[in-house]
Amino acid sequence: MGRVEISHLSRAFVKEDGDKVVALSDINLSIGDDEFVSFVGPSGCGKTTLLRIIAGLDKATSGEVRVDGSLITGPGQKVGMVFQEYSLFPWRSVLSNVAFGLEMRGMPKEERHEIARKFIALVGLSQFEQSFPYELSGGMRQRVAIARALATDPDLLLMDEPFGALDAQTRNHMQCELLDIWETKKKTILFVTHSCDEAVFLSDRVVVLSSRPGRIHEIVPIPISRPRDRTNKEFIDLRRSLLDMIEEERDEEKIKCKSGYL
Amino acid sequence: MNGNLPGSRSPGYIVVSISVLLVLWQVIADVVVKNHFILPSFTDVVIALYDLLFTGTLPMDFAVSLVHFFIGLGLSLCIGVPCGICIGWFAGINRLLDPIIEIIRPIPPLAWIPFAIVWFGLTDLAAGFVIFIGGVFPVLINTYEGFRNIPRIFVEAGKMLGCTSNAALIRYIALPAALPHLAAGFRVASGVAWMCLVAAEMFGVSTFGLGQKIWWYYNLHQMDKVMVYMLILGFVGLFIDYLFRYGMNRTLLKWRQGEVN
Repeated sequence: MGRVEISHLSRAFVKEDGDKVVALSDINLSIGDDEFVSFVGPSGCGKTTLLRIIAGLDKATSGEVRVDGSLITGPGQKVGMVFQEYSLFPWRSVLSNVAFGLEMRGMPKEERHEIARKFIALVGLSQFEQSFPYELSGGMRQRVAIARALATDPDLLLMDEPFGALDAQTRNHMQCELLDIWETKKKTILFVTHSCDEAVFLSDRVVVLSSRPGRIHEIVPIPISRPRDRTNKEFIDLRRSLLDMIEEERDEEKIKCKSGYL
Repeated sequence: MNGNLPGSRSPGYIVVSISVLLVLWQVIADVVVKNHFILPSFTDVVIALYDLLFTGTLPMDFAVSLVHFFIGLGLSLCIGVPCGICIGWFAGINRLLDPIIEIIRPIPPLAWIPFAIVWFGLTDLAAGFVIFIGGVFPVLINTYEGFRNIPRIFVEAGKMLGCTSNAALIRYIALPAALPHLAAGFRVASGVAWMCLVAAEMFGVSTFGLGQKIWWYYNLHQMDKVMVYMLILGFVGLFIDYLFRYGMNRTLLKWRQGEVN
């Protein structure tokens, strides 16, 4: 479960002075069950907008998104999301944050807490289940956010730069943990990132978007078997080619840097 | 807390500052003013308090004033919070109600006294109504502000987890997120309500009340007793504020520990 069909999807924003800005133009993409797909592209290419439309938080100007055949018209039961900003409810404990989705589905307290505890254990935070978000570090908060998104058992998990605010070490840890979770829970994951390293490390396929209006520039399969090694030649070559594609797509003046390659 | 000098909250400082004030007061009253009608001295006030404790109507005054206070504050909450939620959450209602609120709000609560009497007669409800007018706007404005400032991310996270109807979003996301604002509004309202109390009781709605007795003893030219009631009003107001702050921080707002205060 968790097939995604995106067909002829476009999104235009109307600015206050009446000008139209086309953020996404004619996106066609089909994503299979339990696939891990990353979206990369220059800043402002509409990656986040695309993810928000798939989530049902934003509406397409034309075209449609289907998840397992059913049309997305608003935030739905089958799609979970992890945001870049810290989105935990600060007035709820870790346990009650993770149980929130189940509470909304009307599950009795004992039952939903039992399920929530399993997911908190999955992200390794069992001893913090009674803590409030302000007591947790950034990495721990995002772990809880992942547990919260998974607790309602969505078929599709959307992640909008979830590790963007974390330091490099924590980030690498979180990537490994996410892959472990993905392998045990079997979800389709769509992952927006700025980091080519992250995209190559995690994904089955990487979708490179062009700069505004966002179009699909290229879809790069990552044929490296897991567990992946970031220092392996094949890995580095793929990273290089992704970086080149994004650099080529950048709108702004090309950065000329004498002391190193981008 | 951080801005204060070290130890400025310690009991030693409080004892020193209050003792100095009491001695100064006594000296000025006895040596400089020498007229107990214009300025009763500290000992006059202590004697008057002792008198009132045994022969006066303090418990009854206290009870009646609390009734007025809670009628007013209760009405402020019952009306201010739902209205604040509506104008904060629904943009259409905001456009409709905002002009009306902005016109009524600047009218001082005490200007409503004649209409309070005409509408409710000389009853406890009339006093409660004046206090309500004083308290309702701080509650309403703060609730509104709280709802305007809810981070969008919480609403979107809630929607993704199946909290999609307006009623559910208000109950599970907006209300808890806005609670610090609501608490601030309630605190301001209880201060304003306590201030309106004296004026509301002065126009003869009841034969008891802390504010009513101030006027009563003024007419009897017993200024020492006026002073006793003034001090009681001050201390009770302080106590209500303290109790409220303590209660909120320990229960509903404990998730904010470490962020503010």
